[in-house]
Amino acid sequence: MSISKILLKLTVNGIARQIYVHPMARLLDVIREDFGLTGTKEGCGEGECGACSVILDGMLVNACLVPAVQAQGSTLRTVESLAGVDLSPLQEAFLHHGGAQCGFCTPGMLVAGTHLLETNAVQDEAGAREGLAGNLCRCTGYVKIVDALLATREGRP
Amino acid sequence: MRGQPSLCDVLAPLNLDEALALRAAHPEARPLAGGTDLMVPFAAGRLPDRLFLNLWGLEELRGITVSDGEVTFGALTLFREIAAHPLFQREFPNLVRSAKATGALAIQSRGSLGGNIANGSPAADTPPSLLVYGAELELTSLRGSRWVPYADFHTGYKRSLLAPDELITRIRVPRPRAGGFHYFRKVGTRQAQAISKVSLAAWARTGNGHIQELRIALGSVAPMPIRARGAEKALLGRSGASLPLDAALEALQADISPIDDLRSSARFRRKVAGNLLADMLRGLALV
Repeated sequence: MSISKILLKLTVNGIARQIYVHPMARLLDVIREDFGLTGTKEGCGEGECGACSVILDGMLVNACLVPAVQAQGSTLRTVESLAGVDLSPLQEAFLHHGGAQCGFCTPGMLVAGTHLLETNAVQDEAGAREGLAGNLCRCTGYVKIVDALLATREGRP
Repeated sequence: MRGQPSLCDVLAPLNLDEALALRAAHPEARPLAGGTDLMVPFAAGRLPDRLFLNLWGLEELRGITVSDGEVTFGALTLFREIAAHPLFQREFPNLVRSAKATGALAIQSRGSLGGNIANGSPAADTPPSLLVYGAELELTSLRGSRWVPYADFHTGYKRSLLAPDELITRIRVPRPRAGGFHYFRKVGTRQAQAISKVSLAAWARTGNGHIQELRIALGSVAPMPIRARGAEKALLGRSGASLPLDAALEALQADISPIDDLRSSARFRRKVAGNLLADMLRGLALV
């Protein structure tokens, strides 16, 4: 039996896109394989690690847990949207503070951190740690990542 | 084996009436809310379902209504909305704490109260809080709507009163009187993003130094979220100054039936459930 695909229309990093996909395809796979945006990573594939964090209609979500059909008509932002000509302030802060080591969690950390900053959800270190609790890093011990987030929030290097 | 999206189809109703009609016509279609529970076994190839009923985006299932006596949640109310609501911080602190204990922010942005209930996991974080606040569920089909006490809803492991043509549409919780005692604690492998090994919620009202009303509920210690009715009975009406801790602990052990599984052991769960009850009672004795 073959199931027909749906025409998925959404805005990806500011550009209107449409593509035929299976309705239960994971948004993560659509992003990586159909749109070729491989900045979004697959870590655990079960919503634990946050490596696939993206911003969907203004909400931070795990792209591995969103079926394509539920992204119909949505506005999607991936890590590729963060830098313009220059890196974003948070990306600069990750470089300055050493927030990336092996780098695999970094796209998810940057997307989650950007969302926290944009929604003014971080007031202090405890808030930063709570906000990033869904993003696992096995290298840094989190200190440098939290430092980078707080520095960006306070507008300092 | 991986999930096979190419073998799966999704029914996508545009409103609740359409959803109920599709539910009646295709009882084999698995209702799909925010996907945070179902997408995990699906992607791993462990979900047998091939047809899904997409509920995400149905406006009739969204929204929170506050009246004098009660709060009514649309079934698609997100954990994130519960955690952010100022009234709930004051009146339903257990619900806020348990919503914040469900995964992390990205999960709370997709996970819904109705989905959490329908999924029927004994380890779900919000059900014990809903049990102690005396929640009721609205179950709706083309035949009409009925309200059932949430305490009666789960009938066994992943079994419930929900008929094959019904959907959970609303959850209603009476607003507790001010001055009550609220307790919620979840024990998992780590603070965030861990599935519970044991959780315990309680709500009590004291008067004249005695426990006038008390509800205790637990997660991960039985085939479904449960009320600890034996422990409640041992404590109800007793003086806060001389709570019968040993009798309550003994009754609690008869209330629960934990098992060994990949997250914990029955022995650990029995020990920790008792510790949580004792911790709760220490707080209650001070009220």
